[in-house]
Amino acid sequence: MQAIKETLTGPIFKNNPIALQILGVCSALAVTSSMKVTLVMCVALTLVTAFSGMFISIIRAHIPSSIRIIVQMVIIASLVIVVDQFLKAYAFGISKQLSVFVGLIITNCIVMGRAEAFAMKNPPMASFVDGIGNGLGYSVVLISVAFVREVLGSGKLMGFEVLPLVTDGGWYVPNGLLLLPPSAFFLIGGFIWVLRSVRKDQVEATEFKLASHAPVREGV
Amino acid sequence: MSSNDSTSKTLMVALALCIVCSVIVSGAAVILKPIQEINKTLDRKRNILAAAGMLEKNATAEDINKQFSDINTRVVDLNTGKFADDAVDLARYDPLKAAKDPDLSEALTTKQDLAKISRREQYAVVYLVENPQGDIEKVILPIRGYGLWSTLYGFIALESDGNTIAGLGFYEHGETPGLGGEVDNPRWKAFWPGKQVYRDGEVEIGLVKGSVDPADVDAPWEVDGLAGATLTSKGVTNLVHFWLGKNGFEPFLNNLQAGDA
Repeated sequence: MQAIKETLTGPIFKNNPIALQILGVCSALAVTSSMKVTLVMCVALTLVTAFSGMFISIIRAHIPSSIRIIVQMVIIASLVIVVDQFLKAYAFGISKQLSVFVGLIITNCIVMGRAEAFAMKNPPMASFVDGIGNGLGYSVVLISVAFVREVLGSGKLMGFEVLPLVTDGGWYVPNGLLLLPPSAFFLIGGFIWVLRSVRKDQVEATEFKLASHAPVREGV
Repeated sequence: MSSNDSTSKTLMVALALCIVCSVIVSGAAVILKPIQEINKTLDRKRNILAAAGMLEKNATAEDINKQFSDINTRVVDLNTGKFADDAVDLARYDPLKAAKDPDLSEALTTKQDLAKISRREQYAVVYLVENPQGDIEKVILPIRGYGLWSTLYGFIALESDGNTIAGLGFYEHGETPGLGGEVDNPRWKAFWPGKQVYRDGEVEIGLVKGSVDPADVDAPWEVDGLAGATLTSKGVTNLVHFWLGKNGFEPFLNNLQAGDA
């Protein structure tokens, strides 16, 4: 029971897929300009990670190692297509905004990473929980990034006005940078900084040290 | 472990997996297709109504379908400017696909191609809003053209005089959010209704830098440009000029006024 709980909550802060492993950053940049889209993306990714983990784990004893990545990809891709079809049927507006990024869950490093690192070696239930946990870890980062980007970038949250914009007769001048993907880089960087200030054990060992300057000497 | 890696086992696993996955994927696609089609049609209707300025806030699917029942969908031959309802099967005809088909479209010369769409379909689908007496109140025309990064797809609605704009809107584009993407801003779209298209038989409407001075004699043909989006603004002006011009819907609009369409 303890192990299950650890599998579920571990990836949220302790072993966050984005902040510690730096995986899945691509979609974190692309879909976080509005909260609504972000939430759907988080749910989609969490479900795909959990179910692909579970299915891969079920057949893990029969996967030939020579084609194991292909097997994982086929399972992940099928799940993503199913999710995409459901979104097109039941959340058309949002699926239009997410456009290619639902399809790109297939290549999301978190999904592949968990399949290869966890699901291939653990029982189905644990793999499912691990997928949910990593999905939550991904969601925590995306939701915090989307919160800042949508509120400061367009003065709204979930499409509702929070800061009245100058263009609509209010006082807030939106920061256009936050609507563009690169801004998420800064925000994710900030998130990692805060996280590592609190949890010092996540700070990586220094790889090299700058040599001190040679003393200044007069020309001879 | 070694038994898993034998050739026969590898092939068997691959085959079984592919069959199971393809059944799941095609099953989901087939079962959900009807709902997706409804969504797509509804989305198209919503865009058309939005362009015409007829879309009410929080309109439900039912409202939209009801409103759309007053709208008459017609096919127009862009070469002659006359209705050509028998030329294509409306249920299956897609003007955007037709524009790529050499049999159903024609290439535009650089001089003609203001909107940078390179080919134009021969048959366009237009929407006529009619009152209960059958008189045309508004004409909704599809427009598209290149902005800065992307092709903008939208509709423009004209009043029954074929000259006064009733509304304009884009349903698909990839312009910069916050700059060119402001074509979606309701406050900007609100500048369009009431503007005039033609002056002395030429398309005159266009976006200007900064704000339009209402006292200016040219004001009826000018719309505020998009701040910080010079190329998107130019693109919008060009695509409106193209589609309302001689190679676009101008012949049709003239015929419609003459009662000869």
